[in-house]
Amino acid sequence: MTWKTKDGGWSPYLAGALVGLLAIVSAYATTQWMGKTNYLGASTTFVRAAGIFEQKVASEHVAGNEYFTKTKIKIDWQFMLVAGIFLGALISSATDKSFKAEGVPPIWKERFGPSIGKRAVGSFFGGIVAMVGARLADGCPSGHGLSGMMQLSVSSVVALAMFFVFGVLVANLVYQRRS
Amino acid sequence: MSTEQWLGLVTGILFGFLLQKGRVLRFEKQVGALLIQDMTIIKFMFSAILVGMVGIFLLADLEIIKLSHKPMNAGAIVVGGALFGAGWAIMGFCPGTSVGALGEGRWHALFAILGMIVGAAVFAELYPFFKSTVLAWKDFGKVGLSDVLGISHWIITAVFWVLVMLLFAWFEKKRL
Repeated sequence: MTWKTKDGGWSPYLAGALVGLLAIVSAYATTQWMGKTNYLGASTTFVRAAGIFEQKVASEHVAGNEYFTKTKIKIDWQFMLVAGIFLGALISSATDKSFKAEGVPPIWKERFGPSIGKRAVGSFFGGIVAMVGARLADGCPSGHGLSGMMQLSVSSVVALAMFFVFGVLVANLVYQRRS
Repeated sequence: MSTEQWLGLVTGILFGFLLQKGRVLRFEKQVGALLIQDMTIIKFMFSAILVGMVGIFLLADLEIIKLSHKPMNAGAIVVGGALFGAGWAIMGFCPGTSVGALGEGRWHALFAILGMIVGAAVFAELYPFFKSTVLAWKDFGKVGLSDVLGISHWIITAVFWVLVMLLFAWFEKKRL
C-alpha cells in the first residue's frame, strides 16, 4: 500500500481518513458557530436549487408547495458546502494536473459508443431517478453513507445497503457486454 | 456572506479537495465499484466512516455536539434507496460527487446535475402522493443501531472497525 497513486492522487485510505477528520471538525464547528450540529450532506441542496429556479418562473407555485416550504428555499450552509466541493475539486485537479475535459467516460463509451447525446440522456434521466430516490430516502451517499454511518443510524445502514444492492444490479445489467 | 455560508464554503472546499485527491469523483470509480472492479470509493468512504465515528461519538458523549439520526421510515428508505441505486448506476455520480466531477473537468456531469435538479422538482410535486403512500407505510423513527441492539455504540464501533479492516485486507489481497 502506498500513500500516492500512480497519477499523483492520494491513497483513498488517507484521503478518506482525512474526510473523517473533516466531518468531526465540521460537526464541532457548526455546533459552535451555528448553534446546531450540521452533518455533511448534499442532496437537499438540489431541492433548494430547484426551488430557486422555479421561483423565477412561478414563485406562487413554489410558495404553495408543501415540500419546498418544509425544506426552506435559501442559500444555506449545505448549499455553500456543495458549491465548495466544486471549487475544492477544481483547485486540487488544476494543481496536480489531473484536470481533464471529458464528455463521455470510458466505461460508458465502451458500451454505448462516443455519442455525447446518449451520455447526456443517460445522465439526465439517471439523475432524475436518483434524486427522487435520495429525497424519498432523505439522504445520499454523503448524508446517509458518510454522516449517517458515522452515527450508526439504522436508516443509513439500510439505505447504504439498498444503494449498493440496486447500484450493483443495475450497473451489471447496463454495462456488462452480453457475450 | 453570513458566518454560516462562509463555514459551509470553507468546509466544502476542503471536502471537494479531498474527494478529488482520493480520485473518487470520476464516473469510472463510481461505476467501477458497482461492477466490483475497483473499490477505491469503498476504501475512501469506509476510511472516512471509521475515523469520523470515533470523533463523533466522543463529542456526542461529552455533549459537545448532538447526534442527528435520519428517520427509519421503512418505505422511504427501501424504495428511495433502490431508486437512488438504480439512478446512480446510470448517472455514474452521486449528488456530492457530481459537482466535484464538474470541477475536475468532467463536464458531462452537468447533465447529471441538471437531471438531479429536475428530479428534486419532480419530487416536490409528487410529495403529497408519497406522503400518503410510501412515506405512510411504517416509520420506526430516528433510531441508532445502539438503541435497537441495546448495547453501547462503542462496542458496535469496535466490531465495525474489525469488520472493515478485514474487508480492506481482502480488497488489497484481491487487488480490487
